[in-house]
Amino acid sequence: MSQVFHRSMNTLARASLAIGLLGAGGGVGLVMAVSRSPYATRQGVAREQPVPFSHQHHVGGMGIDCRYCHTAVETSAVAGIPPTKTCMNCHSQIWADSPALEPVRASFRTGNSLQWVRVYDLPEFVYFDHSAHVNKGVGCSTCHGRVDLMPLLSQETSLLMEWCLECHRAPERFLRPKGEVYNAAYQPPANQLELGKQLVKLYDAKPRTSCSTCHR
Amino acid sequence: MSSANPMDLPGAPILGPGHTLGTVTDKIGDVVLTRKTPRGWLGGFAIAFGLLQLMLLAVVNLLFVGIGVWGVTIPIGWGFDIINFVWWIGIGHAGTLISAILLLMRQEWRMSINRFAEAMTLFAVACAAFYPIFHTGRPWVAAYWLLPYPNTMGLWPNFRSPLIWDVFAVSTYATVSALFWYVGLIPDMATLRDKTGSRLLKVVYGMGALGWRGSIRHWHNYETAYLLLAGLATPLVVSVHTVVSFDFATGLVPGWHATIFPPYFVAGAVYAGFAMVLTLAIPLRWYYRLQDFITMRHLENMAKVMMATGLVVAYGYVIEAFMAWYSGNTYEMFMMKNRMTGPYAVMYWCLILCNVVTPNLLWFKRLRTSIPFLFLVALVVSVGMWLERFVIIVTSLHRDFLPASWGMYAGTKYDWAAFIGTIGLFLTLFFLFVRVLPAISMFEMKTILPGSGAHGSGGEAEKAR
Amino acid sequence: MSQESFVDLSMVRRRLAGSGGRRYWKSLEELAATPGFQNFLEREFPEQASEWSDPSGRREFLRIMGASLALAGLTACTRQPEEKIVPYVKSPEQVVPGRPLFFATSVLDQGFAKGVLVESHLGRPTKIEGNPEHPASLGATDAFGQATILGLYDPDRSKTITNRGEIRTWGAFLTALQPALAAQKALGGAGFRILTETVTSPTLAAQLDALLAQYPAAKWHQYQPVSADNARAGAELAFGEALAAQYRLAEADVILSLEADFLGSGPANVRLIREFSGRRRIEGEHARLNRLYVVEGSPSITGAAADHRLPLRSSEIEGVARAVAAGLGLPVEGADRAHAAWVGPLVKDLRKHGGRSLVLAGESQPAEVHALAHAMNGELGNLGKTVVFTAPVEARPLNQLASLRDLVADMAGGEVALLLVLGGNPVYNAPADLALAAALDQVPLRIHLGLYQDETAERCHWHLAEAHGLESWSDARAFDGSVSIVQPLIAPLYGGKSAHEVLAAFLGFGDRAGYQVVREHWKGLFGADDFEGRWQRAVHDGVVAGSALPEKPVTLASGDWVRPARQARNPGLEIAFRADPTIGDGRFANNGWLQELPKPLTKLTWENAALLSPRLAARLGIAVSSTASGATTDLVELRYAGNALKVPAWIVPGHPEDSVTLHLGYGRRKAGRVGSGLGVNAYALRRSDGLWFGAGLEIRKTGERAILACTQDHWTIEHETQTTKRHLVRSADLAEFERNPHFAREMSEEPPADLSMYPAHTYRGHAWGMTIDLSACVGCNACVVACQSENNIPVVGKDQVARGREMQWIRIDRYYQGGLDNPETHHQPVLCMHCENAPCEVVCPVAATVHSDEGLNDMVYNRCVGTRYCSNNCPYKVRRFNFFLYQDWDTPSLKLMRNPDVTVRSRGVMEKCTYCVQRINQARIDAKNQDRPLRDGEIETACQSVCPARAIVFGDVNDPKSRVTGQKSSPRNYGLLADLNTRPRTSYLASVRNPNPDMPREAGPGAARASLELGSGPDV
Repeated sequence: MSQVFHRSMNTLARASLAIGLLGAGGGVGLVMAVSRSPYATRQGVAREQPVPFSHQHHVGGMGIDCRYCHTAVETSAVAGIPPTKTCMNCHSQIWADSPALEPVRASFRTGNSLQWVRVYDLPEFVYFDHSAHVNKGVGCSTCHGRVDLMPLLSQETSLLMEWCLECHRAPERFLRPKGEVYNAAYQPPANQLELGKQLVKLYDAKPRTSCSTCHR
Repeated sequence: MSSANPMDLPGAPILGPGHTLGTVTDKIGDVVLTRKTPRGWLGGFAIAFGLLQLMLLAVVNLLFVGIGVWGVTIPIGWGFDIINFVWWIGIGHAGTLISAILLLMRQEWRMSINRFAEAMTLFAVACAAFYPIFHTGRPWVAAYWLLPYPNTMGLWPNFRSPLIWDVFAVSTYATVSALFWYVGLIPDMATLRDKTGSRLLKVVYGMGALGWRGSIRHWHNYETAYLLLAGLATPLVVSVHTVVSFDFATGLVPGWHATIFPPYFVAGAVYAGFAMVLTLAIPLRWYYRLQDFITMRHLENMAKVMMATGLVVAYGYVIEAFMAWYSGNTYEMFMMKNRMTGPYAVMYWCLILCNVVTPNLLWFKRLRTSIPFLFLVALVVSVGMWLERFVIIVTSLHRDFLPASWGMYAGTKYDWAAFIGTIGLFLTLFFLFVRVLPAISMFEMKTILPGSGAHGSGGEAEKAR
Repeated sequence: MSQESFVDLSMVRRRLAGSGGRRYWKSLEELAATPGFQNFLEREFPEQASEWSDPSGRREFLRIMGASLALAGLTACTRQPEEKIVPYVKSPEQVVPGRPLFFATSVLDQGFAKGVLVESHLGRPTKIEGNPEHPASLGATDAFGQATILGLYDPDRSKTITNRGEIRTWGAFLTALQPALAAQKALGGAGFRILTETVTSPTLAAQLDALLAQYPAAKWHQYQPVSADNARAGAELAFGEALAAQYRLAEADVILSLEADFLGSGPANVRLIREFSGRRRIEGEHARLNRLYVVEGSPSITGAAADHRLPLRSSEIEGVARAVAAGLGLPVEGADRAHAAWVGPLVKDLRKHGGRSLVLAGESQPAEVHALAHAMNGELGNLGKTVVFTAPVEARPLNQLASLRDLVADMAGGEVALLLVLGGNPVYNAPADLALAAALDQVPLRIHLGLYQDETAERCHWHLAEAHGLESWSDARAFDGSVSIVQPLIAPLYGGKSAHEVLAAFLGFGDRAGYQVVREHWKGLFGADDFEGRWQRAVHDGVVAGSALPEKPVTLASGDWVRPARQARNPGLEIAFRADPTIGDGRFANNGWLQELPKPLTKLTWENAALLSPRLAARLGIAVSSTASGATTDLVELRYAGNALKVPAWIVPGHPEDSVTLHLGYGRRKAGRVGSGLGVNAYALRRSDGLWFGAGLEIRKTGERAILACTQDHWTIEHETQTTKRHLVRSADLAEFERNPHFAREMSEEPPADLSMYPAHTYRGHAWGMTIDLSACVGCNACVVACQSENNIPVVGKDQVARGREMQWIRIDRYYQGGLDNPETHHQPVLCMHCENAPCEVVCPVAATVHSDEGLNDMVYNRCVGTRYCSNNCPYKVRRFNFFLYQDWDTPSLKLMRNPDVTVRSRGVMEKCTYCVQRINQARIDAKNQDRPLRDGEIETACQSVCPARAIVFGDVNDPKSRVTGQKSSPRNYGLLADLNTRPRTSYLASVRNPNPDMPREAGPGAARASLELGSGPDV
């Protein structure tokens, strides 16, 4: 009676076992990688905006303070996107007829708002409060990065929950003196840890990790 | 031979007379290898497959509309879903018990029933698994949050929750049972490979046989593996239903919060399992004329096991009632009173009838050896075990602590569709199994042939002819 | 923040640029005028989303929604859709994005003002709070006040001006109006009639007077199905002039209510609950409790609060009143001696507290009884002490029933050529025997102003969409006459017109904005000098300083009330009509929150029923039973004065035996998609010769069965013994309490703190807790709606409620104690107990419900997979599950209504009370930003802040000086089911009642058991 299978099949059979196991492991790994990749988080992806507004120019170049535009940041949950009026304060004189700024002027003329693309977009079930952070020595650049170097704003950090917890579980690694909060170029000192520990005490910064801190 | 003949019964053989290695192989093997599919099989399969479609309907509706299509509500948060889950898991118990424990106990009579009992186990577990996956109405989230892996939320599941224990218990059980079943199949697949004329089937069974040639080395490895798996499976028989019972025992609902649950759930599971094996064995042996392999002895033994476990279950009921009274706890006492006299009293008393009264009829040899009666008892027991889960889950939840928030429960048509659907799934799988794989272990049967002490291998059997 | 809120704001801002933006709302006036926003709102409201009451339709809807949702779920693990930020172009003053503003205004209840503060998020009113400055509110509101917000955003509101169903413009209406007015000018208005509801608005009254001056022969009629006619007539009987009585419950030690439901309804009920409960509260172990006697023909929450309650048919109450009066020595006849055993001790008690007692008569009692009440108060020396009188608050007090009768007569006689219906829905709610509809059809030109395209709009040539109270300028008087300026929170969503604007049009100023009209009027009153200042203050405070009416000295005129007008006893069955406790006279029929709000005593939702006593039910063989699909009961036929209705019967313990109560407000044909076709129309039986009750009712079982949606089936009645055994509600008489202040604690033992196998957790920092004083709670339901509004809780519809799937986070459990014929009723608000050993937390497989470091039992919606295990394991059953996609995700107007600080839950998710964690977090963050500790009382949960009785106290139990800690140290403090070692953070203060020791205790527990079999049993 002839053999049903060629003897090479033995090797193939054994190999297929290994391949199967690797494949399963690889699949799980892939899922975890994708969910952390910029594709999913949009981390570091610069976004098209109706007006090519450059933080690099306004913050880095002109040295305008964050709070000039983001007025609510110290008192409210949202930092606030400036009304067109704020832009026109300067641009009614400077670059008054630059084509790039036409949408701004149009908005001011017609009264129709500019529609910016949201770059830092938390899910609807997450409640983040800017005031609680800036008042406890969390610098803008800690989450938003060196906006003073960004011609087009991109999301600096992953905004994944594990990222939030990095700081909420160990604030001393990130806190800075209140005076430096709005300094985009701030570099943490070598002794960040001990400084951080002091600041945590000084500002009574008790970041909570209870679910209802952010989810309600 | 008419196996109903009382004369044969004292120490009735576990294998009909006049069989040789060859006849065993032919009789069992032909069921699978016969060219034309028997009418009866086709008919049965058609019905089973029809029922399976019901399940698809129920699932689609559930996923798109929401869990509200079921009868569940507040306070009765669990209904048919968990009732059926526990019911199926229970049924899934006999297989491994027969294979593992009876094997270790060297109970030779197991050899003709273990194969399809194990298959039955796998299919029952598959049906059971359907419920925990779908009972949230949103399996897509349940799937990836229940499993522990380093996710982007920096969160782990709650290992204090019995539902997590379920995930592990059930999946482990399913895996080991599957392995056990498959390993047992290898030599028989080889036999079929060698026996079949068709090239295609040779390849198919050949792959399944993993190049089994029946050498001494093969047999040696096989024996070791089989024993190891048996040892591995034995604790699972106990663990699975123990863990399942924790879903209730760890809760504080009156009627759930009882330490007797683990043993009495395990007993109940074996009870239900053997009932299902009987339900399948009786028609099977009749249709495929396998009376010689599944003899009266088997049926009677199973009936005895069923009665024994049935009595343990009955004891569980008694203790429940006694504890309710003995605890002097208002809630417990009311729970028991409500079970016996409340809106669902009918369910409770039917349960007592099915699970306490019926098995006791098996004391009588005459009844125990009447095949129609055994078949009837098996069905009644299955119903009884379903009622037990209904009573435990629904009547405990529907009137718990605050009378102001009591409620009533009834399964909706979608509940029934899902339930009947899983029965369809079960039967469909079983019909396929009977058609394509030997429902009885050929090589093991040979080991109990008169005069064959050692193992004979399928392969050699062929050469011998 | 949701995208919509930004969208409409850019509109707001644009308008602002034009209108110099003096005040915030002013900019909003043009909001709705922007076409985009307009059709954004007018877009046909998705078929399915409205099907609250129709399960099949709802299923259909959910099937569709489910589809998109399933996909959403599948893609959830990848990335979210791109969002736009739409900032202002110029931002209005005061507005800080992300922070709400509060504006004072008033909501009208039967024409009377109840002051409120409205929370506004970037121009969207989202929540109503009481106005502490306002006499009728004192910082609280009732359920109706809370539900106003849903009324504002109701997508079923009338959106356009129509003429015979065709859409028309305001201009078209004005032109069409001119000839008719011209014709009337010629006749001096002889054929011109105006029908309004009760009017207290000074401005509106002035406008009407001006109109009547222009058309001298025209007539102004008023009608409202629930009016104060009897009270007014009673005062005239007693004092010879129309007067408004105001009660000072805080001063009264002994109160006798002759069917007066002063806690449940009326222009002052919120204030009266505060004053009443103030006298039920026990600080520490000392008490100065008042004592309440109630005689009533239909169970009410006032009766439930009574220390002694005498259920009698409404017609028999006059007899008892006369007996009491006679006992007090008044020269009255027709005293009913049948209840001497009850009246005797009562009279003694009243006498003993002369000057500190009070007798009130209810609107449902005839004028004579009111007069008797005044006379008794006079005899007891209460006048000027516990009850004071002022001139009537209404702009033009008159007998509304008579007024409507005249109008119908004129219309039928063809004397009316032009009828203006300013609000109200007479076609639906006029007494059946007046045949108003038929008469109305005689009028050549009929104009209707209303919020809905209702039954009356249907029969009028012109229908004008009315601007909602939160959309328009107006003013109104409160119960005591103090005037509130009503200011809009948002521009009319559907461009509606206010009554002021319509009347202005009739006066020839078609373009006058309500704002101008009201301002002009007050310019006249305030005077030109410093008008702006006074105006701003009036608007800001929500009440015009010193505008309350002055007290009037009164003298009793011995009058016709001495002799009974009718003979009291009538044989056979009696029917009693009452305004529905949750949807009033029908004006709230389309309000899902109020429809789904369980009626305080019956716990029925979504419809009315023939309420009858257990004994009558037994006689008729009525069987109520509970099934998985709802409470099934017998359908009975009521025959009364030639009309018949088929109504489901419902058994109410404590209902007078030979009478049947039918609530008004249901059976609407054209209420809207929520309210149409629910229940039966009681107005079809109501007659003008007996607005409130009448004899000669026939009732018979039809043999058909009906399913009712009841949130608390008859368990508590059947298993009354279980309830008491489990010590769920704990109460004692004052005497028992004084003997043993710790009675509540001794009813069950609480396990020691260290009983748990896990090491006990210590809470540093805050530890939130709550107490609910059962002595103070009157079961008014305000907290339930407040919670629904604050926490974006969906409405699920009758079918789902019937299946036990209601979603309210706080429910009010009602327990009876004593015999079925006249039991003691207890209310127990139950919300999440935030157990320290929470049974729900251990069993959740995904840790979606866990404990916070401040002891909150957090529920994380986005983590929940929906196993429902937590609910099974919750002994309090306070968890609510989204079995379907209950939340309406489509209707734009409802999106505007939502609280942006609370997640909108989706299908398959468990939810429950969070102690208003959004408020806790906001307060904590504010305190931290200001580097100061949280102040006690700084955080008020929604249920607490709305509670008129101040029964709910929330705070930090770690703070030894906090109010809640004080409450928890009370001897009456106990934890519900604490014997399970759940260690609840919410605890209850046992209720203490103050019965009269001399009073025979008719219904003891023995009686309860005796009458148990009358309670209907469930079937299998």
